[in-house]
Amino acid sequence: MGRSYLQHSPAPTMIFALVDGNSFYCSCERVFKPALEKRPVIVLSNNDGCAIARTAEAKAVGIKMGDPYFKIKDLCRKENVAVFSSNYPLYGDMSRRMNQVYHQFSPEVEVYSIDESFLNLTGFSDLTKYGQEIRGTVRQWTGIPTCVGIGPTKTLAKLANNAAKKNPELNGVCDFTDKALLEAMLPKIPVSDIWGIGRASSKKLEHLGIKTAADLRAAHIKQIRDIMTVVGERTVAELNGVSCIDLELVAPTPKGCAVTRSFGKPVTDKAQMLEALLHYATRAGEKLRRNNVCAGAMEVFMHTNPHNDKVPYRNVGKTVRLAVPSSDTRVLISYAKTLCDVLWRNGYQYTKAGIVLTELVQPQQTDLLIRQDPRSAKLMKVMDTVNARFGRETVSIAGANIGRRWRPQAGLRSPNYTTDLEGLPVARA
Amino acid sequence: MTVKNLIPITLNYNTILPMAATRVCAGFPSPADDYLEDPVDLGSLLVPRPAATFMWRVQGASMIDVGINHDDILVVDRSLPPQPGHVVVVVIDGECSVKVLTQLNGRPTLAFANKTMPEFQLSVDAEVTIWGVVTYNIHRHLP
Repeated sequence: MGRSYLQHSPAPTMIFALVDGNSFYCSCERVFKPALEKRPVIVLSNNDGCAIARTAEAKAVGIKMGDPYFKIKDLCRKENVAVFSSNYPLYGDMSRRMNQVYHQFSPEVEVYSIDESFLNLTGFSDLTKYGQEIRGTVRQWTGIPTCVGIGPTKTLAKLANNAAKKNPELNGVCDFTDKALLEAMLPKIPVSDIWGIGRASSKKLEHLGIKTAADLRAAHIKQIRDIMTVVGERTVAELNGVSCIDLELVAPTPKGCAVTRSFGKPVTDKAQMLEALLHYATRAGEKLRRNNVCAGAMEVFMHTNPHNDKVPYRNVGKTVRLAVPSSDTRVLISYAKTLCDVLWRNGYQYTKAGIVLTELVQPQQTDLLIRQDPRSAKLMKVMDTVNARFGRETVSIAGANIGRRWRPQAGLRSPNYTTDLEGLPVARA
Repeated sequence: MTVKNLIPITLNYNTILPMAATRVCAGFPSPADDYLEDPVDLGSLLVPRPAATFMWRVQGASMIDVGINHDDILVVDRSLPPQPGHVVVVVIDGECSVKVLTQLNGRPTLAFANKTMPEFQLSVDAEVTIWGVVTYNIHRHLP
């Protein structure tokens, strides 16, 4: 019936869109503080280390990506820059909302990072207009401004997104299925802007006279394979419109799960270190259960500041295999406590510690002969549900959540506007 | 954080998971078993479009005539096109407030909802953006 018709029709050309939030973290802050709309805004990394997100206005006053905060503090004051500690609960929630909106526009959405998603637009027409519609709806519904790049391959969609950002006359949407636009833009894009081409590769390419995306598209496959292996070969094919990288709709099982933090103040007291580690173990357990995996091994490490030679240096870590792979916070905590006991020495100023869980397996894959206590999963489910409903750390295992002097500094963090009743934005009446 | 409500955890599951004890193992099957339906979901009533819906806390008394009181929680939907008569969260020169969107001589304008207050005056050069439309108001009646 319909089948023979389908077999004879040519495979449809794939169309991908890459949508991403403009200065995403800063834009999230602006949604709930519209007064920031005209001010430069930056967001700092964990522990208020360095600038990791900047608005166009912040770029204009000379703040660079990765600038350490202590170096730009004066500049920020002088230029009236709004500075924020990173607020991941907020950014995560806004990201989830954006992806919900994308699902109205495409049957398949790959969440590529917290602020970027690939959409499958195969079969859609009038793409620039459709892109504008996506942009407009995301802006209206969530308040986040975006750019949309469209192309027959993921590499070209990403490149189109880059072009949409850099060329304001495109109004935030760039469609590389439009041949004329593609030919006009590719010679203007440096190879270093292409997805998957790092600094080392772009240096090598420039040596060969391959400077722009157009140059790389026209390059000899064999020459590229010699310097960049099959990955480079795939990039060239994708630049030529041959789709080699599919959407990843199911996130791959993670190989490891780490919770590590620098301390707000150096830790010199064992009780504080233990408390921090137990807190990390709790977080790690939540992460495992969210991904429906169990950990087979745990590493705990702690070290002092390697850049400070005025205090004694120590850097230690130890890995143990769990008797039975587990995602039960109580089990993880007891291993973390044992490792902390083994590793701890008095007389050092520890600045960072962490827990790394490896040998992750699906719960079904664990040894059938070793009986898992089914009540463990139930208890953890209850803990996760309670904490999801009433706020993080409503219920925690005793010991993991008491003093908190080791907490990272985040003095400039905005409220959790969308995930905490205490943090709701306020409207005057 | 301060420590409160610290409950000792023992590994006797029945004490921490009372819901497991309610399972019916013997006796008569419930005649309602075949008719079980999900209970009414307040969330889906108040928030039909979660991606576009946000909650705001009210501070002040200028909206009491439409039933919005100090400390209430507003449910605000950004996906709805604002229309005259809607209660809206509005940004006026960068400041967020709740107002009634009305019309004056065919032009949209904003108003308080409190008869005891003087009329709201919108300055001519004010920059105004509607942030979202208020769809529900959550008011606590317990003292």
